[in-house]
Amino acid sequence: MVAAILPLVLDEIVLRRQGRRILGPVSLNVEAGGITILMGPNGSGKTSLLRAMHGLERLSAGSLHWRVPEIETRARQAFVFQSPIVLRRSVVDNIAYPLILDGMSRKAARALAAARAEEVGLGELLGRPAQVISGGEKQKLALARALMREPEVLFLDEPCANLDPRAMRDIETILRKAADAGTKIVMSTHDSGQARRLAQDILFLCDGRVIEAAPSDAFFALPKTPEARAHINGDLLP
Amino acid sequence: MNDILLGLAEAARRVVTLDPDLVEITRLSMAVTLSATAIASLIGLPLGAWIAVHRFRARRLVIAILNALMGLPPVVVGLFVYVLFSRSGPLGVLGLLFTPTAMVIAQVIIITPIVASIAHQAVRDLWADYHDLLISLHASRWQRIGALLWDGRRALMTASLAGFGRAIGEVGAIMIVGGNIDHSTRVLTTAIALETGKGNFDLALALGFVLIALAVLVNLAIHYGTRTERSSRW
Amino acid sequence: MKLVKALLPIALAAFTATAGLAETMKMSVTTSFANSGLAEVLLPEIEKDTGITVELLVVGTGQALELGANGDVDTVLVHSRAAEEKWLAEGNGTHRREIMYNDFIVVGPAADPAGAHSAATAADAFAAIATAQAPFVSRGDDSGTHKAELKLWKAAGVEPTGDWYKAVGQGMGAALNTAAGLDAYIFSDRATWLSFENKAGLELLFEGDPALFNQYAYLPVSPTKYPHVKAAAAEQLEAWLTSDKAKELINGYQIAGQQLFNFNATSE
Ligand SMILES: Nc1ncnc2c1ncn2[C@@H]1O[C@H](COP(=O)(O)OP(=O)(O)OP(=O)(O)O)[C@@H](O)[C@H]1O
Ligand SMILES: [Mg+2]
Repeated sequence: MVAAILPLVLDEIVLRRQGRRILGPVSLNVEAGGITILMGPNGSGKTSLLRAMHGLERLSAGSLHWRVPEIETRARQAFVFQSPIVLRRSVVDNIAYPLILDGMSRKAARALAAARAEEVGLGELLGRPAQVISGGEKQKLALARALMREPEVLFLDEPCANLDPRAMRDIETILRKAADAGTKIVMSTHDSGQARRLAQDILFLCDGRVIEAAPSDAFFALPKTPEARAHINGDLLP
Repeated sequence: MNDILLGLAEAARRVVTLDPDLVEITRLSMAVTLSATAIASLIGLPLGAWIAVHRFRARRLVIAILNALMGLPPVVVGLFVYVLFSRSGPLGVLGLLFTPTAMVIAQVIIITPIVASIAHQAVRDLWADYHDLLISLHASRWQRIGALLWDGRRALMTASLAGFGRAIGEVGAIMIVGGNIDHSTRVLTTAIALETGKGNFDLALALGFVLIALAVLVNLAIHYGTRTERSSRW
Repeated sequence: MKLVKALLPIALAAFTATAGLAETMKMSVTTSFANSGLAEVLLPEIEKDTGITVELLVVGTGQALELGANGDVDTVLVHSRAAEEKWLAEGNGTHRREIMYNDFIVVGPAADPAGAHSAATAADAFAAIATAQAPFVSRGDDSGTHKAELKLWKAAGVEPTGDWYKAVGQGMGAALNTAAGLDAYIFSDRATWLSFENKAGLELLFEGDPALFNQYAYLPVSPTKYPHVKAAAAEQLEAWLTSDKAKELINGYQIAGQQLFNFNATSE
């Protein structure tokens, strides 16, 4: 599979909220293939940028184009939110939900969902109400659900923030497998180790702008901007 | 105090002996009110959800109208339905006046705004939770409403029960459109009004106790029903 | 939701059970007639003799006539001559047939502060109450009883206004409940009073003046105006109500050993 809806082209997009510019202007191309990772300090605009790309935010200026009309991309992209949103139903029904929306029978959808749940390590919790599972389990659920439609582009906003090291490895394996199968992955993380392990490309954000865009190797070998250098070294920004 | 004791005793006696008149009016009360609650829920729950989910121009107006309708005196609704279904009215040919159907229609008008309004609040909170996910999953309008109605079903049951509670105790409208005809459209509330008018306070109170017991039973039955559903699902 | 849906068919079945279609007709009657208990004696006999089930709509005189004028009942049985004649003149009914009369009484607190008990006529009793400014509860609902009451105030030369005069705008029973609560005077029909269960401190204080007689008349709704009305059944019912059997039952109906109604229909 190749992501036929890519490239995604962002042209000078700006988000302004309550009179403040929170993102942009940002111009960039998201090309098919591989894993692109967004890094940057808290409040730098990672979530805003991911949401804007996914079409969840109204642009204050600029424009954003997929290779095909936007409406055709909707069901072919998926999003894992920074704070997981779960439906008030069982774990398996949560994971099956995207397929139910596509008109699949409940039984077939549940069978596929159960297999996916097993893969992310939720196999024991299928019948549990999703509201009561742990924060990390909710993140795994959200990832499993996002993978159900086998999206061409998968956005993830800090998908491993609440995971233990073992679970993080498992998730990274799943993400790498998805990327190898052709899914374009765009995710944010604060974990430089994870970024080094996964990323082909790094986008470094600061104060709502992408101040550095580079292949992962080059970025970690020699960050060009002092902000990025400070961030990787864990220093406080000036 | 004496009247209350007499009323309780009378209620107990009639319930124990399954007094045929009591059984008849109780059955009709239940039939009318449950039908009205079901219809009002079928209209009110999706309507409440729709208003919670969609930003349309007349939204504020619709909410204002719903809230205003909640305060509508039942007698006015009764008169309105009477004028509509009177032989000299626009729908007179249907011959529905003084039938249980007319009573159901009046009750539906009275409780739909309540059901819709409570459903609106419940769904609005759930929608705040679900919004980003349902948009991201590209759920259609009706799929969104379906998810909200299904996952909010417990809160929505409360909306329906509030409608039921209002309808089972309603007397003004169904007195006018039902006519309180013995063996035909007499229900608990209109019988209570009648007996009060005759000064039969103990019988009126007895019927009142039956009414309260009935409302409690229905509430318990529904809560029990939803709980069994839960344990079988989870 | 699920439960409600499951219950719906049961609820609908209950309707059909009550909708068995024998010959039925609708008659609007005044509260005073229904509350007297006479209906419960007459209706089963009517059903036995004619096969007609008469469904009663128990309302005030004004609403009873209005239901007839709108074609929502087949016939009307009320007691307010002027209103009846106006109603007929408007083409709502075929004719007016007198059936029976009962009488009004003046009820009040046992202590009788106004001295209504010793009045010579009903008008005098009213005048005494007005002079004493004793609390008086009026139906105030445009009913036949209310209209009869207003006629007596006129005869007494009193304009009934003031704190002592309380128009409650309700049926006879509710008005009696109010009077019992306030220990007030009230103008009532005898039938409702006798069968009323909540007399509290009230007593019958004045009766017997011919000015207090209260004529009930039977008025079939015009089939020319409303072709759907059950004119034949209405005719059958009229024949029954004016029959010797009806005479016997009406004159023989008693509460607490007292006759309430006097049959006075004339054969045509
Ligand atoms: N709706 C909004 N109204 C006002 N300000 C907002 C809004 N949404 C985001 N912001 C602000 O925009 C900035 C960027 O927020 P964003 O959530 O994109 O940061 P982030 O890089 O994801 O941070 P973190 O690492 O903490 O998740 C922040 O300063 C935030 O407070
Ligand atoms: Mg963020």
